[in-house]
Amino acid sequence: MSDIRKNIRNFCIIAHIDHGKSTLADRILELTSTVAQRDMEDQLLDNMDIERERGITIKARAVNLDYKAKDGEIYHFNLIDTPGHVDFNYEVSRSLAACEGAVLVVDASQGIEAQTLANTYLAVEHDLEIVPVINKVDLPSADPERVCHEIEDIIGIPALDAPRVSAKSGLNIEEVLERIVSDIPAPKGDENAPLKALIFDSYYDSYKGVVAYVRVMDGTVKAGSKIRMMATGAEFTVVEVGFMGPTNLIPAASLAAGQVGYITASIKTVRDTTVGDTITDVDNPAAEPLAGYRKATPMVFSGVYPVDGAKYPDLRDALEKLQLNDASLSFEPETSIALGFGFRCGFLGLLHMEIIQERLEREFNLDLITTAPSVVYKITLTNGEELMIDNPTNYPDPALIDSAEEPFVKASIMTPASFIGNIMELCQDRRGVYVDTKYLDADRVEIHYELPLNEIVYDFFDALKSRTKGYASFDYELIGYRPSKLVKLDILLNGDIVDALSFIVHADKAYPRARKMAEKLKENIPRQMFEVPIQAAIGGKVIARETVKAMRKDVLAKCYGGDITRKKKLLEKQKEGKKRMRQLGTVEVPQDAFMSVLKLD
Amino acid sequence: MEKLKDIPPLGIYIHVPFCVSKCPYCDFYSIGCAGRSDTREYMDRYTDSVKRELKTFLEKSRTNRVDTVYFGGGTPVLLTDKKIHAITDEIYRLFSVENNAEITMEANPHTALSQQLSSYRSAGINRLSFGLQSANDDELKLLGRLHSAHEAAQCVKAAQKAGFENISLDLMTALPYQTEEKLLNSVKFCSELNVQHISAYILKVEEGTPFYVNDVQAICPDEDRQAQLYLYIVQALKEHGYEQYEISNFASNKKYRARHNVKYWNCDEYIGIGPSAHSFFNGRRMYYPRDLKLFIDGTSPTDDGEGGGWEEYLMLRLRLSDGLDFDALRQLGAEQSDIDRIIKKAQPMQKAGFLKLENDNISLTPEGFLISNSIIAELLF
Repeated sequence: MSDIRKNIRNFCIIAHIDHGKSTLADRILELTSTVAQRDMEDQLLDNMDIERERGITIKARAVNLDYKAKDGEIYHFNLIDTPGHVDFNYEVSRSLAACEGAVLVVDASQGIEAQTLANTYLAVEHDLEIVPVINKVDLPSADPERVCHEIEDIIGIPALDAPRVSAKSGLNIEEVLERIVSDIPAPKGDENAPLKALIFDSYYDSYKGVVAYVRVMDGTVKAGSKIRMMATGAEFTVVEVGFMGPTNLIPAASLAAGQVGYITASIKTVRDTTVGDTITDVDNPAAEPLAGYRKATPMVFSGVYPVDGAKYPDLRDALEKLQLNDASLSFEPETSIALGFGFRCGFLGLLHMEIIQERLEREFNLDLITTAPSVVYKITLTNGEELMIDNPTNYPDPALIDSAEEPFVKASIMTPASFIGNIMELCQDRRGVYVDTKYLDADRVEIHYELPLNEIVYDFFDALKSRTKGYASFDYELIGYRPSKLVKLDILLNGDIVDALSFIVHADKAYPRARKMAEKLKENIPRQMFEVPIQAAIGGKVIARETVKAMRKDVLAKCYGGDITRKKKLLEKQKEGKKRMRQLGTVEVPQDAFMSVLKLD
Repeated sequence: MEKLKDIPPLGIYIHVPFCVSKCPYCDFYSIGCAGRSDTREYMDRYTDSVKRELKTFLEKSRTNRVDTVYFGGGTPVLLTDKKIHAITDEIYRLFSVENNAEITMEANPHTALSQQLSSYRSAGINRLSFGLQSANDDELKLLGRLHSAHEAAQCVKAAQKAGFENISLDLMTALPYQTEEKLLNSVKFCSELNVQHISAYILKVEEGTPFYVNDVQAICPDEDRQAQLYLYIVQALKEHGYEQYEISNFASNKKYRARHNVKYWNCDEYIGIGPSAHSFFNGRRMYYPRDLKLFIDGTSPTDDGEGGGWEEYLMLRLRLSDGLDFDALRQLGAEQSDIDRIIKKAQPMQKAGFLKLENDNISLTPEGFLISNSIIAELLF
């Protein structure tokens, strides 16, 4: 059996967005002849439309490949695709735990980026063998020498003989495959020990139920095995095991230590197969689960409402369906006076939030209104009670608050040195605490800041990009809670609080934020029959005020020659317009105005 | 075919689609005739077509009684008195026109008109509606009008001399650079001529007109100023003896209200003949395409759905100062719940001075007229 393991190579690819991970994966698939040329769709591993459009991988996928190496032997490759974004850090770490090596793809002109570095460090932490590859060497701006030095300096691994490839044209890809064979160690494990299989991904299939992607560490699993999820305790009987072909699942007799494959067991929800959990045999259980299991914790919350209130059940169904595939998405019903019935959704981060919203709109054809994203605040009341607040609506009466804390992150920003000033200005403005600056080479630096998560959930990434002409890259990790001066800001239209527009903000930011919000509302609310006062208030105290003047003229002066059609059409238009209005208390606010205020900045 | 007695008499609108040249603000359907050699032929064929369509309508009508006729346009006098006679003769031949019928013709106040006035009278026309627009020559020039204020006065006096006892003058508000003084001057002008009726329209720059192309909107008074000017002229007209009875219409006496136009706002039936003319006939709304050739070729009016429902009645009646009685809505099929909703929605508007709610009646004030589109939409939806 150990012979089988000898020729297995389990690896992942680490790369920054656009540095060519998916293209490289495609070329590897081609060269291993796993996919016939005609079946090749560009970027095969990225299954979802959004992934393809954004060029990012949202969820890990894996594929089994056979490669005939120059030494004449057949090697079984398991390529495990990892999400590239920090929101999915934990999923990345589980994917890495399933591998013995990682191919690090670096763009020959752009060099190492913040995300790449973060994931490479993660890989090094997991004792993975790193195989550096310089991609896009055929571009005119390519500077492989500089990038090699960068890899050696920053990551500290030898890179001078790294394969220089062009995934796009297929140049030198075979060299990468040979490196995988020679440099990445074969998996270890004991197929006779009690079963330990790591779940690194899962998805819901309407016919098979949940399909769990696993790396077997020890033992063997086959159809009929009774298995237990060690973290959740759920037990199932295995229906099928097998390997992942690039386009379909290939059933097999068993999966043994060292192998990567899938398990189905008529499992109804992905919540029973949480990423990071350990599968063991009920009859011969392992004593300890694999290390590193962690429950996914949402960091960013937002209210999600259907534009058309009648679509509420559809939204619920859609969220339930998405949750089948994405255990990290949480939601519970909430009601807003302004927006009606909707859901408070929890996301791993901003990108995760955007992706879920986009999928809801695209795959389920829903028109959504989402409230401003909020982080989770820790509030200690004067009676000693501690509250976690993810919704401004639940913010307690300030008189009852003893202290407040907000989550902070450690942000690392990589940028050409010429933008240091701009970046520091931005971070300072976002209440950042400067940590340090490291020179990666003569003109590239890595800046570290500690920032309130609250300050980056709105538009930090966009602001960063615009201040650095798109050159800076950004990554962050949560470092815990810190005391903060927080206030809840309410927006009042015609004297009534619009709950969906309330938000929690640092006291120093309240005034400018309030003014901006009031101005934006004034700009976007059309004149109505009555004057509309707009106020922003903290508690009972108004800190900003604007007025939408009453409409003075809206009349068809000449209704003449018996042309009623024109008047009727106008009325029809007004009726349609009214449908797109949100009734906020006594004030009608067009859908667009509402959205534009939520997308402040 | 026996005509039912209780069917009210019809109004007839004749749209005459010819002008010497197009005014830069006007988007009514008409053809500029200046420099065209085929005008006469088109006018002949147009007149024949009007006669043909009158007959077609009569065949389908439940009544042959008529109590208003209105020649609009366009510029009806361009047809010449002979063809006007031909059309009115045909109307008298086919329909039973009531003795006290109101028969109106629109005209531009040129001196050239004077010679034909007695001929129009003999055709039965007893009301003239002049497109004065303004008594200020600078405003007339801006509007591309071919007359001066002085000329217009001469023309009105000639009409009065020829025996016309019911004369209406059109004015326009919200013109570029317009001031209260200029409006007052126009109002005084009309009042001094002792005309019976005045229409005062707020200029609307319509898409496709030269005003639109040249972005005249940019030099027009803004929304707030337009409202001021409108309220000013309503007040000035009142002070000069002209009572408002519709958003843009004023009369020196109830009997001088434009009976034909009131039919539109009262949801009464009327026949409209000529390209772009609208009809409300046998419960259906319909209109001819905006195309003279199609009209001449005999293209029938395009159906525009059922008319006369309570929502439509409300939308139209609220243009009148008299407003509407809820009883009328009930008779047209409104449920009590509809009426209750309307009253509930109307209450804050009454408080704000946009309308009056009394004795089971609802009517808009001048402030309410100014935002009547919004009010009607709010009451209905």
